[in-house]
Amino acid sequence: MDERKPPSLEDLDARLRAVQERVDSRANGGKKDNGQPMSGLGLAFRVGIELVSALAVGVGIGWLLDRWLGTKPWLMVVFFFLGSAAGVLNVWRAMSGIGPGPGYRPVVEKDDETDGH
Amino acid sequence: MASPLEQFEVHTLAPIQIGGINASFTNASFYMALAVVAVTAFLVLGMRKAALVPGRWQSMAEILYDFVGGMIRDNAGHDARPFFPFVFTLFMFILFANLIGLIPGAFAVTSHIVVTFALAAVVFLGVTLVALAKHGVKFFSYFLPPDTPLYMAPLLVPIEVISYLARPVTLALRLFANMMAGHTMLHVFAGFVILLGVFGIAPLAVIVALYVLELLVALLQAYVFAILTCLYLHDALHLH
Repeated sequence: MDERKPPSLEDLDARLRAVQERVDSRANGGKKDNGQPMSGLGLAFRVGIELVSALAVGVGIGWLLDRWLGTKPWLMVVFFFLGSAAGVLNVWRAMSGIGPGPGYRPVVEKDDETDGH
Repeated sequence: MASPLEQFEVHTLAPIQIGGINASFTNASFYMALAVVAVTAFLVLGMRKAALVPGRWQSMAEILYDFVGGMIRDNAGHDARPFFPFVFTLFMFILFANLIGLIPGAFAVTSHIVVTFALAAVVFLGVTLVALAKHGVKFFSYFLPPDTPLYMAPLLVPIEVISYLARPVTLALRLFANMMAGHTMLHVFAGFVILLGVFGIAPLAVIVALYVLELLVALLQAYVFAILTCLYLHDALHLH
């Protein structure tokens, strides 16, 4: 179906490499951590879900501990606040693009490298 | 008029009882099986020829493979490569389940929180086990951010633990909420088309636009699920 001569392998190779370089430079240039193109709605969804899920987990833990230890309702109250704090922390991490690890500052790159090899 | 939530109902196709547990084959099971078959067919048939210069189909299969490979390399590091099959399977399954769910009349498996939570729980348990296997007890130091004054630990450790435990919930909720919201919205607008008669052309146009958006969401959510798995894997392998 194709009348043209197929391009030589060297040519293809060079073109593939050019594309790869372009992609690489773009990936390094544009800062993306969570790599998520954000629309307004997507952002709202994301923040809402982060907040709600941490809060739900906190309240859930509190409720279970209360049932187990019979300290109703005090642990649930405590864990409600801890859960909200965790939710805010998760939102902060998601929005500042430092990844899901603990802490609230970006990890120093060097530590990461030495750890990884 | 049918409720917009009716599309999410699970029907039993073939009742199966195993020791008092209802393990029936439902429409959800059917569409999950369909997604698995579709992914397998797509990849196996696409790579059947394995030509040096790929055709269209083979290109699609290779691009997806490359895409997930690159995602793992960029986000989880080189030592995460053994987990490629897992992340790739996860990504392809969610992607195909999302896309199949968008076929009019089909059932969107990923709009059920049971399904998304099961997937998220597998990721969460897997990642935690990997971290425990690799770092042993040192894993628990993960919950204390570096350079924290010790008197802050009683406050920070519970917060970090909750934040860690919230991961699977976030992961599950995000996929579920996006898919469910999209499908409900499509159905609501479809209802308007019928109600408005001739003027239904306006909501019909909205549906076309929404449908494109939903295609984007289907791709994006599969991507987000996979990339968050990569980031969690990175954390598990490297601990700060």
